[in-house]
Amino acid sequence: MADVIDHPNRTAGSDGRATDARTATGYNFAYLDEQTKRMIRRAILKGVAVPGYQVPFGSREMPLPYGWGTGGIQVTAAVIGPDDTLKVIDQGADDTTNAVNIRSFFAKTAGVATTERTPEASVIQTRHRIPETPLTEEQILVYQVPIPEPLRWLEPREAETRKMHALEEYGAMHVSLYEDIAKFGRITKSYNYPVRVNGRYVMSPSPIPKFDNPKMDRMPALQLFGAGREKRIYAVPPYAEVKSLDFEDHPFTIESWEQCCALCGAEDSYLDEVVTDDKGGKMYVCSDSDYCEQRRAAGHRGDGGDPSYAARHEIPTDRTADGDAS
Amino acid sequence: MYVAVKGGEKAIENSQKLLAEERRGDPKVPDISLDQIREQMSLAVDRVMTEGSLYDPELAALAIKQARGDLQEAIFLLRAYRTTLPRFGDSEPIDTAAMSVRRRISATYKDLPGGQVLGPSFDYTHRLLDFALAAGDTRPAAEIADAPVENGMPRVTDILNHEGLIETEQPDGDDAPVFDLTRNSPRYPADRAARLQNLARGDEGFLLALGYSTQRGYGNNHPFAGEIRMGEVTVEFAPEEIGFPIEIGEITVTECQMINQFKGSASQPPQFTQGYGLTFGHGERKAMSMALVDRALRAREFDEPIDAPAQDEEFVMAHSDNVEASGFVQHLKLPHYVDFQAELVTVRALRKAFEQQTGDDVPDAAE
Repeated sequence: MADVIDHPNRTAGSDGRATDARTATGYNFAYLDEQTKRMIRRAILKGVAVPGYQVPFGSREMPLPYGWGTGGIQVTAAVIGPDDTLKVIDQGADDTTNAVNIRSFFAKTAGVATTERTPEASVIQTRHRIPETPLTEEQILVYQVPIPEPLRWLEPREAETRKMHALEEYGAMHVSLYEDIAKFGRITKSYNYPVRVNGRYVMSPSPIPKFDNPKMDRMPALQLFGAGREKRIYAVPPYAEVKSLDFEDHPFTIESWEQCCALCGAEDSYLDEVVTDDKGGKMYVCSDSDYCEQRRAAGHRGDGGDPSYAARHEIPTDRTADGDAS
Repeated sequence: MYVAVKGGEKAIENSQKLLAEERRGDPKVPDISLDQIREQMSLAVDRVMTEGSLYDPELAALAIKQARGDLQEAIFLLRAYRTTLPRFGDSEPIDTAAMSVRRRISATYKDLPGGQVLGPSFDYTHRLLDFALAAGDTRPAAEIADAPVENGMPRVTDILNHEGLIETEQPDGDDAPVFDLTRNSPRYPADRAARLQNLARGDEGFLLALGYSTQRGYGNNHPFAGEIRMGEVTVEFAPEEIGFPIEIGEITVTECQMINQFKGSASQPPQFTQGYGLTFGHGERKAMSMALVDRALRAREFDEPIDAPAQDEEFVMAHSDNVEASGFVQHLKLPHYVDFQAELVTVRALRKAFEQQTGDDVPDAAE
């Protein structure tokens, strides 16, 4: 790392030993020291052994701000090896600022290969989405978690919520979902929708849209959750049952759109709404940018949304004569 | 290529370049040196060292320069560096009674052994902008006193202790492990050592407001500034190989001991109680605020009702750290397209249901 701060008094000459210990790169593989990684791995193992249980850990201060993925970064740093290939997404996309920052952080401090292609990645760090491409046993999905406690909005005190989990006291959560139904005729929670893992712990899936909740259930990949500021790690082992909370007469449902992706025509992916003008014009595109790209590479096209917008931005559509040309 | 999805990497690179340029300001103005910051912005350096939990004036000055004078950003920079440093062990407790005192005042006694030593302080200045400073400082150095300040001034709390009027601080055993908040996640209820560590790293503004709130009745505990002292103390460390403590350096600290009324409880006689504050460098405002909040947080210990924010340990400890708070507040700048889209879908569905129910068109929110 070129921008490593070297202590003015610790440069060569004034203190040779300190200079030796902190080379030009300055930091250990994947930034964290081995002791810290061991501590985090212990927390991860405990999390895997008790699915959905929030394991307190000695979260470190990272060179990225709290709330910007420090938990996910620490988990990734603890599980990643030199042979891994890392993919980082934020809101489904590889090219958003947060994802770019974290990817370049690991490219610098660990020198690992990075990719934007979901099937090629062995470790995927994500903020707020699960990729549309199904994951495999060979992959680890690391979630960045802002508030790990699903009961936090019902009870702000950690001392209380830990007790509620220990006693499996989840009535309050069901009551809050029921109150939604009584008031609005439906559960209005649209993201960070609470799940129950392995029939025991109620867990926050992190603020993924509820659209992604079903993907967590019996996922072949290991799912790890890191909350740096709140100093908690939790996990869902491969193939574990993850059930979104609901009621018999109000079963869990996911979002659907009347439109399909304007770029690739996908009907099965989570769509972002993009505003195209100031007169209410908009189009819908895949939130998972890699999924969208894969589909377009395979020749799929959407309708391009507003024709003038599509023309201005040179978006190939199913309406263009040579729409299938790449 | 579709612009909203691509181009992040290049944009970030350019943003960083622009930031570097803004930080430097007008290149015709000389670059500020770390020496200048350390010597002439010393209270900023002290605050950054205190809340950054790292005693290193050079690095604090660098952090301030790099952060363009944004002290919370500088604190964050120092913390992120500190976390990578190896730990050799715990130092011996510092002895503030043996401090080389530069300032020492008590609000509880008019005179006391060692006397009142005003030292350097804004307290006795008129807050008038000094236009002479703008033209460059040519002031002569302060005069040197005929006799040095007395060494080894007793602390006011020790004086009170002769009469048993104040609770005595019971040190943990010599071999008791030192809790380290930066290596362990806090558990509630927390012990006082964990609380004091949290307050020492806590944001000065947050503690100031909380301390102030106790004075205005939100958890009042009748404080007196028993003593505030600032000066140099030695730091000792006992390496395992040697087996006895050796002096490894000297640091400047500010200590505040608040004395608070206590009417006694079923198990304790009426006596004064203490709130404690300590900062690196010269940080009286922070040390006093910390002492007020420390005392307020001891409510449980003294069977006092807990009904004010400053007495609520989980509330205070979970929100005092400005690196945590600043990160989480500002993370709202990160994209939330996905979550917002989920909310859009829900709100539209709710409006549709509402329309069907009432048979009316729902007016636009803007109308």
